[in-house]
Amino acid sequence: MAEWEAVKPQNKALAWFEERLPILGLVNNVVGPGTPSPRNLNYWWNFGSLAGIMLMIQIISGIVLAMHYTPDTAVAFDSVERIVRDVNYGWLIRPMHANGASFFFIAVYIHILRGLYYGSYKAPREVLWMLGLVIFLLMMATAFMGYVLPWGQMSFWGATVITNLFSAIPLIGEDIVTLLWGGFSVDNPTLKRFFSLHFLLPFVILGVVILHIWAKKVSDSGNPLGVEVKSGADQIPFHPYYTVKDAFGLGVFLIIFAYFMFFTPDALGHPDNYIPANSLVTPDSIVPEWYFLPFYAILRSITFDLGIPFTDITFVPAKLLGVIAMFASILLLFVLPWLDSSKVRSGAFRPAFRKFFWILIVDLIVLTWVGGQKPSLVIAQVAGIEFTVVNLGLLGTIYYFSHFIIVLPILSRFEKTLPVPESISSAVIKTAS
Amino acid sequence: MSSTKHATEGDDAVTRRDMLNITATCMSGVGAALALWPFVHQMNPAEDTLALATVEVDISSIAEGEAIVVKWRGNPVFIRHRTAAEIEEAQDVVVDTLIDRQADNERVLAGHDKWLVVIGSCTHLGCVPLGSKSGDDKGEYGGWYCPCHGSHYDTSGRIRKGPAPRNLDVPEYTFVTDTLIKLG
Repeated sequence: MAEWEAVKPQNKALAWFEERLPILGLVNNVVGPGTPSPRNLNYWWNFGSLAGIMLMIQIISGIVLAMHYTPDTAVAFDSVERIVRDVNYGWLIRPMHANGASFFFIAVYIHILRGLYYGSYKAPREVLWMLGLVIFLLMMATAFMGYVLPWGQMSFWGATVITNLFSAIPLIGEDIVTLLWGGFSVDNPTLKRFFSLHFLLPFVILGVVILHIWAKKVSDSGNPLGVEVKSGADQIPFHPYYTVKDAFGLGVFLIIFAYFMFFTPDALGHPDNYIPANSLVTPDSIVPEWYFLPFYAILRSITFDLGIPFTDITFVPAKLLGVIAMFASILLLFVLPWLDSSKVRSGAFRPAFRKFFWILIVDLIVLTWVGGQKPSLVIAQVAGIEFTVVNLGLLGTIYYFSHFIIVLPILSRFEKTLPVPESISSAVIKTAS
Repeated sequence: MSSTKHATEGDDAVTRRDMLNITATCMSGVGAALALWPFVHQMNPAEDTLALATVEVDISSIAEGEAIVVKWRGNPVFIRHRTAAEIEEAQDVVVDTLIDRQADNERVLAGHDKWLVVIGSCTHLGCVPLGSKSGDDKGEYGGWYCPCHGSHYDTSGRIRKGPAPRNLDVPEYTFVTDTLIKLG
């Protein structure tokens, strides 16, 4: 762990305060000049701070929206329309919040994939990694409940499908679903509790983010080379170097964000959510927001029971198996530090690992596409046998799990890795010849 | 007292104080768990939600081969006036070949073969299956088809193909007269 550097302000009043509550010291040691950081961080390292800023944008815009929104099935839809049409700057703040969720996920997904490529989950950063996954799970819950609030068709049916997932739990499933609904279907009590929890969870996320940053402070940032900092020559202070780099990245990111917000505010949403919720009519196809599509594809890909073939004995019915697979696809990442035991941390020095990483990316893109299609869609027909989008989803699901459970453990044993540089400074500082 | 002797024995001996500590901790644990229950149970359906008891439906206007959808306890209920062919189809299936084995006569009221009443909520993840309106896709078995994840139901509302685990649920209902159904 880096040394904690005290701050001694010149100003007497500030110095008096700092002695009693070293808040300047805290800033200095987390993002200030007193925070030595690896000198070779590339732009993929921008996405942590971008995610943090998106969280703040979501909290601020969300609090403002809550001042105008009414969580009641009779008026929820209209109250959102009123925000957009009548509330001053509501046309800006609502798309900011709706698109903000998407951009928050973009930042977090790139942040997670960066961690996967550069081995950021490896010792001594396992807890840092797991805290990140906790944030990710909380984000998914928060985003799901937020999507229900406008009470359009997708809101209602998304809520129905996702809460029904819990009915797959043996014995107590149906009781749990009734408990979640507060009734016999998704209705007013459900909407009210989702609003309450949607307001609460971002602050829980903020709390875990603080732990996440604390864990980062303890184990230091990783870096693209994956070798630990060995001397002062490997480091530069966070401020001004990375504050400036982060600020530049933020500018680029916000330009793209602003483009969506101002010019295509509904491009990432679904038109059906502009139809008020109707519990008697299911939309043609229920699709979650894009950031849930790969997990939705995994859920849908399981259409068979797990049991003894050619008998009636079933251990796990298809519905439960699908739900288990979906949750397992994320929970699996908690044990990733032990599945991949390669001594070499960074993908930069692992040629085979790198290939499989890109296959995983392709797999995730395929799963995302599959999740957005109708399950009956036939992709190919060979000798009368139909190959549907669900079959493709199953292949994608099998690869996803194989990557973590089979490929990574085998690679970490047999892969021939490239020589790792002695230190960060020896690798990145070019001596003039 | 003999028990006071224990207190003076070695560090690892169980003392009266240990006993008091353990009991106090356990009891406060039980108390905390009990105090938690109201906060869990408040999420369950409230009295007024539970009180949404019965709905009466006039079925005289449903022509043969047609179906209507009514709302009961927040859920859609399908009431279908089956044709003779549909009834025959539903009764002729070999029950042992079904996913959720139920004969057709277990799913309709005796003497009312024509009328199939089921909760219109797919047993997979709760979407409303298509097939009640004319022109709807009724699936491969002529009953209902769930567009969300592709479950096919037959003319008895039984699951025949797709991810749903159970047949469409049959609600509690009675015939008040031949053309009036009471749900609940």
